[in-house]
Amino acid sequence: MASFIFKRLLATIPVMLFVAVFVFLMLRMTPYDPAAIIAGDNANADQVAAIRKSLGLDQPILSQFFIWMGQILQGNFGESFFFKKTVTSLIADRIGPTLSLATVTMLLSISVAVPLGVLAAYRQGTWIDRVVMGFSVMGFSVPVFVIGYILIYLFAINVSWLPVQGYRPLSAGFGEWIRHLILPACTLSVIYIALIARMTRASMLEVLSEDYVRTARAKGQTEWKVLFRHALRNAAVPIVTVIGIGIALLIGGVVVTESVYSIAGLGRLTVDAVLARDYPTIQAVILLFSFVYVVINLLVDLTYSLLDPRIRY
Amino acid sequence: MTFMSKFKFASAVAAAIAVSATGAMAQKTLRFVPHADLKILDPIWTTAYMSRNHGYMIYDTLFAMDADGNIKLQMLGKHDVSADQLTHTMTLRDGLEWHDGQPVTAEDCVASIKRWAAKDSMGQKMMTFVDSMTAKDAKTFEIKLKAPTGLVVSALGKPSSNVPFMMPKRVAETDPNKQIEDFTGSGPFIFKRDEWKPGNEIVYVKNPKYVPRSEPPSGVAGGKVVKVDRVVWKPMPDAQQAVNALLAGEIDVIEAPTHDLVPLVKNAKGVKMYSWNPLGNQFTFRFNTLHKPFDNPKVRQAVWEAFNQKDFLEAVVGTPEFYKICKSMFPCGSPFASDEGMGNLSESNFDKAKALLKEAGYDGTPIVLMQSTDLAVLTNLAPVAKSLLEKAGFKVDMQSMDWQTLVARRAKKDAPNAGGWHAFLTSWVSADILNPVMMGFMNASGDKAMFGWPNDPELEKIRDDFAREGDVAKQKALAIAAQTRVTQYPTHINLGQWYLPGAHRDNVSGWVAAPAPVLWNMEIK
Repeated sequence: MASFIFKRLLATIPVMLFVAVFVFLMLRMTPYDPAAIIAGDNANADQVAAIRKSLGLDQPILSQFFIWMGQILQGNFGESFFFKKTVTSLIADRIGPTLSLATVTMLLSISVAVPLGVLAAYRQGTWIDRVVMGFSVMGFSVPVFVIGYILIYLFAINVSWLPVQGYRPLSAGFGEWIRHLILPACTLSVIYIALIARMTRASMLEVLSEDYVRTARAKGQTEWKVLFRHALRNAAVPIVTVIGIGIALLIGGVVVTESVYSIAGLGRLTVDAVLARDYPTIQAVILLFSFVYVVINLLVDLTYSLLDPRIRY
Repeated sequence: MTFMSKFKFASAVAAAIAVSATGAMAQKTLRFVPHADLKILDPIWTTAYMSRNHGYMIYDTLFAMDADGNIKLQMLGKHDVSADQLTHTMTLRDGLEWHDGQPVTAEDCVASIKRWAAKDSMGQKMMTFVDSMTAKDAKTFEIKLKAPTGLVVSALGKPSSNVPFMMPKRVAETDPNKQIEDFTGSGPFIFKRDEWKPGNEIVYVKNPKYVPRSEPPSGVAGGKVVKVDRVVWKPMPDAQQAVNALLAGEIDVIEAPTHDLVPLVKNAKGVKMYSWNPLGNQFTFRFNTLHKPFDNPKVRQAVWEAFNQKDFLEAVVGTPEFYKICKSMFPCGSPFASDEGMGNLSESNFDKAKALLKEAGYDGTPIVLMQSTDLAVLTNLAPVAKSLLEKAGFKVDMQSMDWQTLVARRAKKDAPNAGGWHAFLTSWVSADILNPVMMGFMNASGDKAMFGWPNDPELEKIRDDFAREGDVAKQKALAIAAQTRVTQYPTHINLGQWYLPGAHRDNVSGWVAAPAPVLWNMEIK
């Protein structure tokens, strides 16, 4: 197992290198000019050229790349073109809200979706099954921002139970922290509840017809134990895969949700950096996201062996 | 109690708890949603409006423009001009201090003017007249000119980017092409850099040592009396969400809700709208004069004949309350506004446009028209232009892109079919285009001009004469001459004036009408 983890971690190096080269080249090949954006609309050509020089963008692309790689190898991801802050500090400021939102969303999604999926499979063909599947279709179909606006209208504007926007760190108190996360997490979790509930139902249906489930019932196990100890554990591998994909997809989902709820997280940092062509920030954030994808994949693979002893690395 | 009654009762209790918990703290904090995020903190390094607005919070200016367009003394207590108009002696008023407690000195001001003039186009023009700038004593400095000009006061009193903000000498000596790192100002607010969260919050506190002028506030001039303890700028990328937050009382002021959200704000309880920028903005069509067919002034005149302002204004703004048809090249309501010399242009006279095209020998070259698709106030302009141009007999190749791509592409001089362009549409804040020298698109100095690169010595001579002239009546005649010349040698076309009011909670008062959103004088009851 240890050698498997070591090898997988080693494999991240070429992956990250490829991502670094790809992102760097893509940004330089696009017809954008961060200097023109920084200079502002009223700037003349001389002002733009002076800014381009001060940012080092007048250097040949190869020189720019080696300077950047050299910095990365020293653990320096550069300085944002705009904020005059190190990219590392920008990411450090933003990672808290995104992690909070992602964690609450996934906890909410899993704790709602798995029981719903199990229940739908157990009551296959009944109204319960149809309601769960109906919700699932709706969850896939309605855009995140629409759900967000509806929830805001109902719970923030209409009855003023929850704040319309913003984020409070955990250090401001658990109550304030969770109050600001309820609406965004509910908004974001709808699609994951739909996805995970659907997968749980399909996986459970397959398992519930297996002989060992009938045997468990014949032995006099309670339905609760049959469903959650015998069936769900055996149905868990595809569910965990979907949850892993879900966490990876969450990064994309967070972008919209963070914008709608004015949460200054990594998603918004990415969008702002892309719109402003803030090369150092875009490059660092994409490298970080790639690393997160690799780690999540590794964790999912390791979870398989915990759930199914037959899987060994 | 019915279910709905219980629901409303619970809501009222929850709201009361929330209000009691936060009420005391929010008493003197003004929560303001700006039109964008503040990214660059040096208002001299960039012309970005957010940086300018940040500048107005923490810096002060020697002169300032009042609500009637007059330049008034601001940091200065006295300004004398010698009889030969060649020496300006400026004396700072008493009690001016930097945020670190050091007195504001004449040397600070000289260094600040030099740095600003190295970046700003009007400042650069002013410096062509300047022989020397010297500090005479701690509070007095002298500007000696090579030739008389009215530019000293109008440039140092210009209200919009780049505004000549005063900075301490140690800061102002920073290379103009490098951003400053020290944000010590002498303005009415102090920037809390330690509380700045890029993309989330920008925090200012009241400068307790600021000595406001005794006059009432007017434009960006007059007494800058701060009536709150703290101002928090909360950039919100989602316009609908900013309005929701205002309706829910989570913020106090929105600089500019989008036009489509104005009806929602207007009819909401507890919220008011306010036109803080009475001069508004101007839509503009910009030509690239380097390439055929727009290298021919007659073809450009044909475009002007084809256009009418109402179609553009209706397509974007929609509500006549928020737009004005204004034939003058200078914003209607500003000192040099006049429709003299503008003839019957902008009335969609397609026959005349076709005749001009025939006379010019237009060969059907497709016009590469760049359309910006991500800024709500610009998106609908290009399709209207395309339609009107086609009615006049032009072939149009409208290419859609985001604004930042357009910004990068408009700087290219390449042929339009090789990555260049023929025309695009944009909008100017009126405060930036008040006279022929300020109006960047009127600069017709060829390679040195803004993108589009018009080259017309006659127009340049008028602009130079305007810069030399100190008499307002004569300046007005020159401004008319300049706009008349633009009708013969079109550099750009004015497509109408438009306005976007701000919105605030009804417990907020004292918003000063000015070319930039200034937050002194505002109070929360």
